[in-house]
Amino acid sequence: MPTDWILGLIGGALIGLAAAVFLLGMGRIMGASGLIAGVIDPGARGTPWLERALFVLGLVGMPALLVALGAGHGSAPVVGWPALVVAGLLVGFGSRLANGCTSGHGVGGVSRLAPRGIAATATYMGFGVVGVLVARLLGLAP
Amino acid sequence: MSGLRLVLPLLVGALFGAALLLSGMTDPAKVRGFLDVFGAWDPTLAFVMGGAVAVMAVGWRVAGRFTRAATGEPLPGRPETRIDSRLFLGSAMFGLGWGIAGYCPGPAAASALIAPWPFLIFLAAMLAGMAAVRLVR
Repeated sequence: MPTDWILGLIGGALIGLAAAVFLLGMGRIMGASGLIAGVIDPGARGTPWLERALFVLGLVGMPALLVALGAGHGSAPVVGWPALVVAGLLVGFGSRLANGCTSGHGVGGVSRLAPRGIAATATYMGFGVVGVLVARLLGLAP
Repeated sequence: MSGLRLVLPLLVGALFGAALLLSGMTDPAKVRGFLDVFGAWDPTLAFVMGGAVAVMAVGWRVAGRFTRAATGEPLPGRPETRIDSRLFLGSAMFGLGWGIAGYCPGPAAASALIAPWPFLIFLAAMLAGMAAVRLVR
């Protein structure tokens, strides 16, 4: 659908705006994996715990508010629980081991041509394609 | 602690969450559609990423004119150039999980209250995986 890419572009620009405000306001790169992991690990270095928790509160709360008002796509898993367990462990462990995910390495790193951001993004994109194929071959997902 | 330090993270998190929902990135079917290059390819994620990177590139240019952020914190220095096995191994694991379920950490958090309950299995596993990194650090 043509409206999908227009909404994608607008949404993407707003994600960039959020990341830019975080950078210019807080002096930090907006990385979802690090900020989320920092909430369950109060001793983590970087952004102070309360600031990480407030970020996650906004990230969790705003979509809920908008969906309650009838806006946006939903979010429904397309794989069963065994695949959700394996994928969740891989996403959580992998993004922390690499010290970043789609937002920190992808948006924050690639936008300043950071070598680590570009290397990480090329790697997780490539393995993302593999993940879709693996799930399909194992009959876990469409 | 200034009020800005409390208002900014909440505001940025809310904007990020709204943008993920608006762009369709909370829907794992759309995300997997982008990664499904050998199937019914859905380019939406490329537009989301392109829009975000373009605006953030301007953010970096503006940041280059300052030494400190609005809160007085120092701005990040030059990007690290050290590319190690942890970066590749971690990104490979993350990518694999991302392709299987269609959720990365930002959209996963944004889906916490809007997805049907089985999604909480993914969220719990993701948090466990994040906590488990301590074992290898």
